[in-house]
Amino acid sequence: MKNNRATALAPSEMIPRSLSLFYIGFLIVLPIVAITAEAFKGGLQNLFHQIALPEGLYALKLTFFLALFLALINIVTGTATAWVLVRYSFPLKTFMNALIDIPFAIPTVVTGIMLVVLYGPNSPIGSFFEKQGIEIIFNKPGIILALLFVTFPFAVRSVQPVLMEMEKDMEEAAQTLGASRATIFFRVILPTLLPSILTGAALSFSRALGEFGSIVIVAGNIPFKTQVASVYIYGEIESANIQSALGTAVVLLFSSFIVLFFLNILQKWSHKHER
Amino acid sequence: MSGIRVESVTKKFGDFVAVDDVSFAVEEGELVALLGPSGSGKSTILRIVAGLETQDHGHVYLTGEDVTSLSPQKRKIGFVFQHYALFKHMTVEKNIAFGLEIRKKNKTQIKKKIAELIDLVKLNGYEKHYPSQLSGGQRQRVALARALAPEPKVLLLDEPFGSLDAKVRKNLAKWIRQLHDRIRVTSIFVTHDQSEAMEIADKIIVVNRGRVEQIGNASEVYEHPKSKFVASFVGNVNVINGRTYVSHIAIEGTEGRISQKTEDVPEDQDIVLLVRPEEVVIEETASKDSSIPAVIEEIHYRGSFYEVDLRIGANDIKSFVQKERYKSNPWTVGEHVFVLFTQFKVFEASEGHQAIHRMLKQLGYIE
Amino acid sequence: MSDEHRCVELTRSRHRIGQWLLLSFVLIWFFILILTPLIGIIKETFSQGIEAVKNSLTTPASMHAFWLTLVITASAVVLNTLFGTILAVVLARQNFKGKLFLESLLDLPFAVSPIVAGFMFILLFGPRGWIGNWFSSLNIKIIYAFPGMLIATLFVTLPFVAREVLPVLREFGPEQEETASTLGASQWQTFWRVTLPSIKWGMAYGVTLTIARSIGEFGAVLVVSGSIINKTQTATLRIHDQFTDFNYAGAFSAALLLAAFSFFLLNIIQCIYKKKGSAST
Repeated sequence: MKNNRATALAPSEMIPRSLSLFYIGFLIVLPIVAITAEAFKGGLQNLFHQIALPEGLYALKLTFFLALFLALINIVTGTATAWVLVRYSFPLKTFMNALIDIPFAIPTVVTGIMLVVLYGPNSPIGSFFEKQGIEIIFNKPGIILALLFVTFPFAVRSVQPVLMEMEKDMEEAAQTLGASRATIFFRVILPTLLPSILTGAALSFSRALGEFGSIVIVAGNIPFKTQVASVYIYGEIESANIQSALGTAVVLLFSSFIVLFFLNILQKWSHKHER
Repeated sequence: MSGIRVESVTKKFGDFVAVDDVSFAVEEGELVALLGPSGSGKSTILRIVAGLETQDHGHVYLTGEDVTSLSPQKRKIGFVFQHYALFKHMTVEKNIAFGLEIRKKNKTQIKKKIAELIDLVKLNGYEKHYPSQLSGGQRQRVALARALAPEPKVLLLDEPFGSLDAKVRKNLAKWIRQLHDRIRVTSIFVTHDQSEAMEIADKIIVVNRGRVEQIGNASEVYEHPKSKFVASFVGNVNVINGRTYVSHIAIEGTEGRISQKTEDVPEDQDIVLLVRPEEVVIEETASKDSSIPAVIEEIHYRGSFYEVDLRIGANDIKSFVQKERYKSNPWTVGEHVFVLFTQFKVFEASEGHQAIHRMLKQLGYIE
Repeated sequence: MSDEHRCVELTRSRHRIGQWLLLSFVLIWFFILILTPLIGIIKETFSQGIEAVKNSLTTPASMHAFWLTLVITASAVVLNTLFGTILAVVLARQNFKGKLFLESLLDLPFAVSPIVAGFMFILLFGPRGWIGNWFSSLNIKIIYAFPGMLIATLFVTLPFVAREVLPVLREFGPEQEETASTLGASQWQTFWRVTLPSIKWGMAYGVTLTIARSIGEFGAVLVVSGSIINKTQTATLRIHDQFTDFNYAGAFSAALLLAAFSFFLLNIIQCIYKKKGSAST
């Protein structure tokens, strides 16, 4: 190992380490411990009861379903976009490439407002769809749109660098062995891309679970219709129903942990065959 | 006509002519080297034969068939890449099986073939390994097995030893020759290493700047180079400036002369004289009319021989001296001696010889 | 062109149709998802005229909101750059038990919903919270006041600088720093003259991401601040407030301002990203 110094710790090492531990402990570990402790304070029975309250339960189900649906869409669109950006050349490509990151830079409330302006009941597009009986804003499609917008960069940027780094000679080797373009894509390219595609999907999923700012503007937040978990929790906090807020919050929190854990495994897997 | 035939192939990248009207033929069962410095177009030629690049003009024939318009998938070739291009996410077995699975062979056939090839390339026990768990030499053998599995008519290797270290290279090169003798597939391999080409190829095609300079076996190319380029690229060579006269050749900067007429170049011409270091003999006294005075500049011990740097006139040359010869009468730096050339070739000096000098410098043969 | 060449062109054009289809699909997707919302908001904002825009942007409440956002962002940048760099150095150069665990904790703020984040801090710093208890006895307000908002922002922006600096430090290895110490440089000198210059682009990238996130932060700060006009309302909170009050002119203009700033920031992010990439080769 590189650190072969004497085992006695110099103050120059101890101070930064303590500072780091303190900072992380104070800002990350303590809050998580606090909320978990509070949630379990009333006992396991009580916690499950709170989680299972009809309004909150519906919100959770809706959130998970939407996040999953969205992750699946992103797998296709993100990979397709990354492919086009890496392999094709067309006018305004640099412009488009730069804009992919816009959702990262724009505040979520602004996203919500943009979507309302564009697809709300008073807009040309929105009113057109309303006549067909499809409500975009203040209903589920609006939420999906918002989520698609804010998670799009995750889906593209996870795949793009891996695609760029892929050595062309693997594909050429497959060509010389007689493989058609489709075979090459499914048997050579896709397996190599799979960890990064799944990473993008997991990141999208995780972000979608917790998204608040854009949804609160776009969704109308109608319980049992368009109220997602984060909005429900907010409502409960404002109404001082701490117990029910805790229950749902803890579910979201632990889902985040699981996704993080999954992402870690993905990372290890993608490096397994590298050398 | 079987084997490989390339006819008047030209390829440009923009304004740059990478391959310039190249034609050659490889007999069935031959192992041929495409030898040239980097940028000479040799890899491009190979890739055109494979179909990985499309030529602007010309034709390619494989085992008598015109494959010029066929994609690589359809040409039934085996290709080994410089950096192996193994499928990282597949085991050794699956890599080798790939070409067979494409051709829809049944499972038993595939298993049999894999076992055969694993045995051939001596990778028994490594079937379930992944490329990341193998050494460079092992990966190259997998690449070879994979290319040979679908029984291609033609085997193409693009600098197969380029990324390996010297010892592994030598062993692998010899081993490829032995393999080739066993399976007799028409093969072309690209290399910039002339000693490698000379060691294992039946025939050498020397390429420079997109053109074929000479085709012949090792001794033809080494002993009878057809151009300055070939003479200096294949093997080590000293480049000496001089001038032809009626009855002798004069060396620039010295009174020494070679009392010989040469038929290669007319008299009264500026010339370059190309002599291999092993053809430079050092003597303490002038033995013949053709002995040229020289000064010893440096002596290097090379293990199996001595490398002696001398200066004749305005030229610096090297001589390879056998250990016994040196030990019987060791010279000292600064000593005045004479040199004799047992063999040499003469070419007209033109701007060409400056180019040779530059190239030799680049290759590290001269300072 | 000879026959063979025409053949080659034809086989290629078979793939061309597939390529065109894919390209069109992606372009249309991009257009609907990203471009039209941007165009839409620009149109809407100015539909009321420039005067309306200016007026709503310059009300005392709005000015205060922008100011508050600015202060919080600046503080978050300073604190998280400082601690983030220290963290990265500790993770890259030191070895101790639990180091891996510490590193994985770094990703947590990304995974946690902003509402949950704000909630956690209410529980901790609310007047009857674990720590808030103590502070309220001293009459210091954390929740519904600036400190709470800052802490919430620190949480959501914590990983950025650390995660950008860490791989740079790992790639450069300790050799340069060790060389400096053999040449007589003190710890501080080494850090200032060797380490810092090598991480500057990674740091800059992390800082711009921190700024973008901090300006855009909504959920956590909403919960923790109470969104009190002229006191604890940041720019994003103000937009939300105006929108729910049907003050569309106000909401849109502030939103457009932030969006424009985001564009600008994005450009900088991209430039720095390129610089960061070329510096590590």
